[in-house]
Amino acid sequence: MTSATPPAPGGPDSAGFDAAGFDSAGLARGPGATLTPGFRGRARPEGVTLPAGQYAESGFPVLSAGPTPNVSSTTWSFTVTNEAGVTKSWTWAELMALPQDEPTVDIHCVTRWSKFGTRWRGVSLDVLLAEVESTADFAMVGSYGGYTTNLPVADLLGGKAWIAHTFDGAPLHAEHGGPARLLVPHLYFWKSAKWVRSLTLMPVDRPGFWEKLGYHDLGDPWREQRYQGD
Amino acid sequence: MTGPAVTGPAVTAPAGEPSARLGERYAVRSGWQVATLVERRTESSSAVTLALDVPGWPGHQAGQHLDLRLTAPDGYTAERSYSLASGPTATGAGRVEVTVQRVRDGEVSPYLVDDFPPGSAIEVRGPIGGWFVWDPVADAGTPVLLLAGGSGLVPVMSMARARRDAGDRTPVRLIYSVRTAEDQLYPDELEALAARADGFEARTIFTRAVSLTELRGPRRLTASELATWGWPPELEPRVYVCGPTGFVEAVSRMIVAQGHDPARVRTERFGPAAD
Repeated sequence: MTSATPPAPGGPDSAGFDAAGFDSAGLARGPGATLTPGFRGRARPEGVTLPAGQYAESGFPVLSAGPTPNVSSTTWSFTVTNEAGVTKSWTWAELMALPQDEPTVDIHCVTRWSKFGTRWRGVSLDVLLAEVESTADFAMVGSYGGYTTNLPVADLLGGKAWIAHTFDGAPLHAEHGGPARLLVPHLYFWKSAKWVRSLTLMPVDRPGFWEKLGYHDLGDPWREQRYQGD
Repeated sequence: MTGPAVTGPAVTAPAGEPSARLGERYAVRSGWQVATLVERRTESSSAVTLALDVPGWPGHQAGQHLDLRLTAPDGYTAERSYSLASGPTATGAGRVEVTVQRVRDGEVSPYLVDDFPPGSAIEVRGPIGGWFVWDPVADAGTPVLLLAGGSGLVPVMSMARARRDAGDRTPVRLIYSVRTAEDQLYPDELEALAARADGFEARTIFTRAVSLTELRGPRRLTASELATWGWPPELEPRVYVCGPTGFVEAVSRMIVAQGHDPARVRTERFGPAAD
């Protein structure tokens, strides 16, 4: 079937692409790519950097595996459990009393939309995990409603992750994970668990909800790690 | 913290322990393969079904999706996910169908609906997804409530076709919410499925316009209609809700308010946040 289509004439100019092989608008295909006859695509956005296979979205789409849980900040709490079973919890008031960050970040959903310059307010995981005794390399993050997702601890520390409660200057809407969600913008957004309630440190990686269903354990959009084996 | 290697399954399953790699059961075949468009069928003024021949298709579960990758002459590519409309096929059978709804100002769907010519090649990856699925064998017997808004009917239709093709008699009720009669997908087939009188019931409601003979005016699904046409929570049905975010949010809120356990409600949403 591959012979049904001619190779891309000339192919892209390799000088315009970085080592990972993609440019600012999409995955670059060399000679031999399967051309889609008549397909031109949109005008390529300029001045923005999109991971391979993503497109820019101005709205804020909602994706969840089940109904949106109704979680009140009056009953909300966040609990960290280390591998010895020692727990540390924060109520809403305690979370609000911690130092707050205001990250402005790009986010990338595995369903292929990316959203630039999203403005959040929340508490860095560096603050929450600072006093936790652990040598674990992995964490399972849990949510109200039962959702789970696994992440390397290295991707939660060093100014890379927050418990976020404010989006664009307003309390985070329940559809988007309010009252509080994990925010790990450098990974695909299913890792940024909505309605977050717990973080359990684990010496050995285990798959979370989507990871059991075929999605990648790390989910780095810049390496297009969408599915297991990518 | 050391930088753990996390890209392969090997790090997660130490020797001697049972593999935690449930993910492998749903693993998506790596790499893209080239499929051929063998047939186009118009479903409505804004939707078309594309039948693709995918050599060596590994088979799929009803409700799963696939990824399509389109490549422009300058090497630019666009990837999108589309729900599989066809029921499960035997492994290697090759022919699968997706139904694509034209999204206004979309980059890919207008091309697929209006221009993509039969005989063309297109890259395919899949099947993908193991959550919003229904299996006529594994899930048989538990009543099912299917709630579809607009093109959210597509993965739900795959479930109805899977049930029919398996000769399954699981009690299924479908409520399909769509703007107008002209926007309906698969109206004749839905009627034929219900006419088999084998436990499949379907209701279609219109939200924007109705014909003069219609008793129900155009409006969104109400809680009392959902309670009347769905299953009571005491039956503990599996509930599948698929459609635009506004539809899924409203309907799943109603279904939970009526006493259904959220853990039995599976949702799939698409489209922009603002319905």
